[in-house]
Amino acid sequence: MTTNTLSPNLAQSVTASFARKRRIAIAIPLVILAYLIYAAISFDLASLAQRARFDNAAILLSDFWSHKTHVTRDNRSGELTVAIEGEGKGTYPANLIPDWIVTDGAVTRIDLGRGYSVTYDAAGARMIVPGYGTIDIRPVDGKPVLTAPEPIPDWISVAENKVSVTTDAGRLSYSRSKVETFKYEAGWELWFFTIDSPFFDKSFTQLASLAVSSPRIDPDRSNFGYMVSEFWTNKMWRHGDVLWAIFETILMAFLGTMSAALISLPLGFLAARNFMPLGVFRGGVRRVFDFVRGVDGLIWTIILSRAFGPGPMTGAIAIAITDTGSFGKMFSEALENIDEKQVEGVGSTGANALQRARFGVIPQIMPVLLAQVLYYLESNTRSATVIGAIVGGGIGLLLTQAISTQKDWEEVAYYMVLIVLMVMMMDSLSGWLRRKLITG
Amino acid sequence: MASITYGAQPGQGPNLPSQQQSYLEMVRRKRMYGGILMVIFVALMASGWMTAEMRNAGGFWNGLPQLADFPAEVLTEAWAKRAVIPALILEHVPALIETLNIAAVSTLLGALMAMSLALLATRGLARWPRLIPLFRRSMDALRAIPEIVVALVLIFILGGGPVAAVVAIALHTGGALGKQFSEVAENADLKPVEGLASVGANWSQRMWLGIIPQVAPNWLSYALLRFEINVRASAILGFVGEGGIGHDLKLAMQWGQGRYDQVVAIFLLLFAAIVLIDQLSDHYRNKLVKGT
Repeated sequence: MTTNTLSPNLAQSVTASFARKRRIAIAIPLVILAYLIYAAISFDLASLAQRARFDNAAILLSDFWSHKTHVTRDNRSGELTVAIEGEGKGTYPANLIPDWIVTDGAVTRIDLGRGYSVTYDAAGARMIVPGYGTIDIRPVDGKPVLTAPEPIPDWISVAENKVSVTTDAGRLSYSRSKVETFKYEAGWELWFFTIDSPFFDKSFTQLASLAVSSPRIDPDRSNFGYMVSEFWTNKMWRHGDVLWAIFETILMAFLGTMSAALISLPLGFLAARNFMPLGVFRGGVRRVFDFVRGVDGLIWTIILSRAFGPGPMTGAIAIAITDTGSFGKMFSEALENIDEKQVEGVGSTGANALQRARFGVIPQIMPVLLAQVLYYLESNTRSATVIGAIVGGGIGLLLTQAISTQKDWEEVAYYMVLIVLMVMMMDSLSGWLRRKLITG
Repeated sequence: MASITYGAQPGQGPNLPSQQQSYLEMVRRKRMYGGILMVIFVALMASGWMTAEMRNAGGFWNGLPQLADFPAEVLTEAWAKRAVIPALILEHVPALIETLNIAAVSTLLGALMAMSLALLATRGLARWPRLIPLFRRSMDALRAIPEIVVALVLIFILGGGPVAAVVAIALHTGGALGKQFSEVAENADLKPVEGLASVGANWSQRMWLGIIPQVAPNWLSYALLRFEINVRASAILGFVGEGGIGHDLKLAMQWGQGRYDQVVAIFLLLFAAIVLIDQLSDHYRNKLVKGT
C-alpha cells in the first residue's frame, strides 16, 4: 500500500470492507441463533416442561441435606418399626427408639415438632395439624376413612385404599396394611456409626473420652481402634468401600496416564521427521496414533472389559491406549520442533544415537512433555469416573449404582462431594508438581 | 546454581580443580535425585498395576489371549452380513446427528458462558475487580464436576432426552474454556480498551470492541478443540445415560450376538465422524492460530 496516492479506490475498498465486517458481525449471531432454534426443535424442548418431574427434583434436593425416619405400624399385627430411610440397616431396636416416639401399650404418639403430632391407636390414626385441626383416619371394612375439617385441603390426598397427608413437618400415609409416618430431619443420619454400633448416639466429648479411657468395650482391641473400624465398616455409608473406590479411580488415572506416556515416548521418536527418515514407517506409526485416538476411549473400554472383566485394571488399560494416541502425536510434534544444535553438540563428542537422544533431546522436550502428562493426569481423573461407570470400577460404579436405585440421593450427594474434592485435589497436586518440576 | 557450578567468589580467579570437583559433585547429586525419583516412580507403577490387577474381575494374563476374541467374533459376524452394513450405517446417521448436535449446542452455550466468566475473571478487564476470586472459584467448581454426575441427576429430573447431556457438557465446557479464555485475555493489549474508555464506551462496549477482536482467533481455536472433546463426551454420555449414537451402541451391545452388524456399523460411523472432525478442527485451528 502506498501512502502518497490515497485514491478514491482505496477509500472505497476500505468502506466496502467495513460494510462487510459489519454484515458479518450481524450475521454470525443470527446464524448461531438460528442453529440454537433448530437444536431446540430437534431436542423437543417444548415437551420438556411436561416430561420434567419437579417432584423428583424436590425429593432429590431434600435428600441431599436431610434424612427421613419411617415410623411404621403394621395394621394386621400391630407391630411398630422405626427405621431410618425405611432400610433394614437403619432400624432401631426396641430399646433405642428415639424419644420423640412414645409407646404405651397399643398407643403410639409421634411428636413431629412445632405442634404437629401423630397418634396411632387401636381405632386408627390421628394427626394434629396446628392452624387446621385434627385429621382422623380409621378403617371401616378394611378401607381407611378420613374425618377432617371441611373443606379438605389439597395436601390431603384421598384414594380408595390410601389416605396421605403431606405437611412441612412430616408425612402420614394410611393404607389397608400399614400406617406410616415420615419425619424429616436435617443432616446425614448415621454418618459416623450405625445403630447397632456401641458408639451410636454418643456425643463428641463422650466419644473422645471413650477413645482414651481404659475399660475396653471389646476386650480384643482398644476403644479407639474399635471406633475406627466401626466407622470404616459403617453399613449405611460404607466409608471404607467408598474410599477404596476413590483410590481405584485415582489409580486408574495415574496408571493409564503414566503408562501411555512411557509407551508413546519411544513411539514419538519413530513418528518424528528428524528421527525417522523412513517416510513409510513414519506414516505407519502416525496412522496408528490416529487410529487409536479415533477409535475413542468408549470403544476401547468396551472391547477391553470383554477380555479383562470389570475392574480398575481394565479402566487403566483403556486410558493408556487412548492417551497413547494423543501423547504420541504431541510428543512427535515436540520432537520435530527441537533445536538440532544441542544434538549435534552431543554427537560431536562421539555419542551414539541412544546417548544423543538421552542428553541432546530429552532435556529439551522434558518441560513440554511433563506439562502435557500432568495436564492429562488431571483430566483423566475426571474421565476415570466415567470410564469406571462403564467398566464397573471405582467411584463411577458406586455413583451409577446409587443413582439407579433412585432413592439413595444422600449417597449420591456424598459421592458428588467426594468426586469434586478428588478432582480439586488432583488439580492442585498436578499444579504443584508442574511448578516444582518444570520451573524448578 | 550458577555460583555452585563456577565456584568463583567475586574478585577471585577461577579455581580450576575445585570447579571441576564441584561440577562433578553437582552431577552426582542430580543423578542421585533422578535415580531416587525413578525408583519411586517404578515402585509406584509396579505396585499400582499389581493392585489394579488384584481388584479386577479377570486377571491380565488370563484376559490377554481373549483380547482379540470379541473383536474377532464381531468382525466375523459383520463380515458375513457385510451387505447390509451400508444400510445400517445410514440408519444410524440421525443418532450421530443428535450426538453432534448435543456436542455443538453444549460447546456454543459453554463458550458463551466461558466468554463472560473469563472477562469477569481476568485482571485488568474485570467489571468488578473485587469479585475476580469468586468467578475464578466458580470456574474451578464447574470444571471439577464430571459431566456424568450432572447428566445422571438431570436424567432423573428431566426424564431422559438430550437436554440433560447438553446442560451437563455445557457446564463443564463453561468452566474449562473459561480458564483457557481468561489466560488468553490476560495477554491482550489494553491500549484499545483505554482508547475506547477515553471516548466514553461502557464496559460491554470496551470488551466487545476492544478485547474480543484481539482474542477471537485464539478463543475460537480453543472452542474448536473443546468441540472435538465434547463430541467424544456426548458419545460416552449417550452410552451411560440416554440419547445419541452412544445409546444405540449400548442397545446393540446388550443385544449381543446377532446384532454385531449393527455394532460394527455404529463403530464405523463414530470412528469416521471423530476422525473427520479431528482433521477439520486441526486444519482450522492451525489456520486461526498461525493466521495463514
